[in-house]
Amino acid sequence: MRVLAIILAGGQGTRLGVITNNLAKPAVPFGGKYRMIDFTLSNCVNSNINTVGVVTQYMPHRLVEHLGIGKPWDLDIKGGGLHILPPYLSRSGTSWYQGTADAVYQNIEFIERYKPDFVLLLSGDHVYKMDYNDIIDYHIEKDADGTIACMEVPVSEAHRFGIMVTDPFNRIIEFQEKPKEPKGTLASLGIYVFKWNFLKDALIRDAKDNTSEHDFGKNIIPKSLKENHMLYAFNFEGYWRDVGTIESYMDCNLEIISSLPPLDLHDESWKIYTQSEELPPAFIAKGASVVKSFVSEGSEIYGTVENSVIFQGVTISKGTYVKDSIIMNNVFIGKNSYIEKTVIAENTVIGDSVEIGKGKFAESKIDKKIYNSDITVIGFNSKIKDQMIIGKNCVIDNEVDLKDYDVEEIKSGEGILK
Amino acid sequence: MRVAGLILSGSTKDNLDKLTLKRTSAAVPVFGKYRAIDFTLSNMVNSGITNVGVFTQYNPRSLMDHLGSGKEWNLDRKRGGLFILQPFISPQSHKMYYEGTADALFQNLTYLRRSYEDFVLIGSGDHIYNMDFRSLFKYHVKNGADVTLLTKTAEEGTNFSQYGQVITDENNRITQIYEKDSKYRSSKIFLGVYFINKAFLLEMLYANVPNGKFDLLKDIIIPNLSRMRVFSYEFDGYWKNIKKSVEDYYNINMDILKEEVRNELFYLPERKIYTKLKDSAPPKINVNAEVSNSFISDGCIINGIVRNSVLSRDVYIGAGSVIEDCIILQGSYLEEGSIIRKTIIDKNVRIRSGKKLEGIGNEINVIEKGAVL
Repeated sequence: MRVLAIILAGGQGTRLGVITNNLAKPAVPFGGKYRMIDFTLSNCVNSNINTVGVVTQYMPHRLVEHLGIGKPWDLDIKGGGLHILPPYLSRSGTSWYQGTADAVYQNIEFIERYKPDFVLLLSGDHVYKMDYNDIIDYHIEKDADGTIACMEVPVSEAHRFGIMVTDPFNRIIEFQEKPKEPKGTLASLGIYVFKWNFLKDALIRDAKDNTSEHDFGKNIIPKSLKENHMLYAFNFEGYWRDVGTIESYMDCNLEIISSLPPLDLHDESWKIYTQSEELPPAFIAKGASVVKSFVSEGSEIYGTVENSVIFQGVTISKGTYVKDSIIMNNVFIGKNSYIEKTVIAENTVIGDSVEIGKGKFAESKIDKKIYNSDITVIGFNSKIKDQMIIGKNCVIDNEVDLKDYDVEEIKSGEGILK
Repeated sequence: MRVAGLILSGSTKDNLDKLTLKRTSAAVPVFGKYRAIDFTLSNMVNSGITNVGVFTQYNPRSLMDHLGSGKEWNLDRKRGGLFILQPFISPQSHKMYYEGTADALFQNLTYLRRSYEDFVLIGSGDHIYNMDFRSLFKYHVKNGADVTLLTKTAEEGTNFSQYGQVITDENNRITQIYEKDSKYRSSKIFLGVYFINKAFLLEMLYANVPNGKFDLLKDIIIPNLSRMRVFSYEFDGYWKNIKKSVEDYYNINMDILKEEVRNELFYLPERKIYTKLKDSAPPKINVNAEVSNSFISDGCIINGIVRNSVLSRDVYIGAGSVIEDCIILQGSYLEEGSIIRKTIIDKNVRIRSGKKLEGIGNEINVIEKGAVL
């Protein structure tokens, strides 16, 4: 039995705002030292699936750099390992991936080389631990054409997912992609197992169909159901999150650092692997205070940190108070500053006596769809000048320099976009 | 410049008590996530050396495990790379050990002859420093030296009987070395790092080792100082030898709590210290925990109070525990309510709840690897 995994990592993740302006969503930093895709990749290798194709498209640089030759996941092996699958041009005129199904279709030749019995189709931007052998075993037991991992979600959330209706034997009888009026609460987690022969045939037929959007949820799954193929739902009972919005990004990070986390990163039996950096252990100075937080290696804490995730190489100076925040790699925060409910992206420099996240929530004047919580977001490589005051639900773009400021204060709901 | 690196990884002659019962001094854990050898190895690699031989003989298992293929130091190469040089039995010799530095080199002549480098840098695996050797190489060549020794002006309180004291002339040429002399002769001490022309070294070995001269410094260099051109190169940074005593080991680890030491050892972008990386999650400091003036490695979970301490990877501190002035090595688990002061806890120790351990006066407790208390 040969299983090959394809990870769809081309996602744009527009609802993460400036965080994903220059970064594919699977490469977004998470949990102090990880990037989102580490979870799916580690699940693969922990499940002994050692042939993995990663489909990239949107802003792949940082992602591809992170993946390298797959060394941190032991995927630098002969006869399998990690393969990056970018879109390409060939004589037959392939091009940008039109949809999830097209992305797999264009890589049929790659998959065929490994002659898999089953193909596991995954996303690169979900946070969860799962032994894929469970779903594969279930798939084999049911002799299914396809099996979709799913879990119950609240009715109010159902419209964000692919919703399934099943018979008493878990066979899927109906599938609705992001329905306005969901017929149930059993949601697809974007984790699929297919018989390769079945999937290949479906993909080839889909590619020829001009009316198709070449999407798994919109086209392949509904069509297969219509043709009476055997598709089953596999109930997943563990922790699974689609970190799609700024709010869920913050929540999920803070959930994982809680005292009894629903997903334990310190669990020795299911390690999450990542590209580790060469940094010394974290230093917590005399007079500093750290409570309920992750403080990653290479960080130096002289101030106060509460309920926050501090990534690698971060400096928090004396007199500074950081609360309910996510501070990504190599951020420097000056003295006597106050940071609350803020996501600060990598390599950002925050000056002295800066206040971020104070005041009352106000609706975003920039984009209500993206920025609709009391979380403030500071982009990559930006600089925040001394004594700056920034309210709630604000956004500072990537690469903002000191000369880009013409104000002393940014009120809640406002921001600087370049 | 083509330089081969050689590292001596320690012998039975160290003073680290229980810390080297099961490992050689080069493999002693230091600063939370490192092993002593990481410093010399990284210094060599950062100075452009891509061919490194490590002499092992005493308790090598954990050292070999740490070094692996040399991948972490970019030494998993087709040309050059990392070589482990262990004593071996052959038809010529049934001696399963090295009698001294020169003997170790002599028994590995084939390796030396085959390496294409013209110079050899010999260092020790138990020294803590961050140095770019390239200026030493230039200095050696400029002087037309046969041998250049790395030296340092001794700090106050140095026990001179543990070092070689070096006397130089006005050109820094070494005229005399007093090896492990308890009497004060010179504030310049030898740091155990040699830079030698390879052809010259081979000649010296052939001429001396078969005659029972097994120590490079005592038997070969010191008696021939007047005939060789031996120079001293002064290093003025942070330099410590970890194996001199348990107290030194403890103090060196605690030095990392000083900002200037951290900056010198770890925050030079061109001269990073590499080590075997593990994938432990970032340290988690829970509610009711209190951490101050401490160095905390990945994988730690802290529920108690930690002050003035260095914690290696995957250490667990239970709620209500008080840890002060301690060094706790990898994987140790301290249950609730333990009170530990001025203690070195080796790897994988389990401290039962409510246990109290304190060094008396200036004495430092050492808890053996794997102990359950």
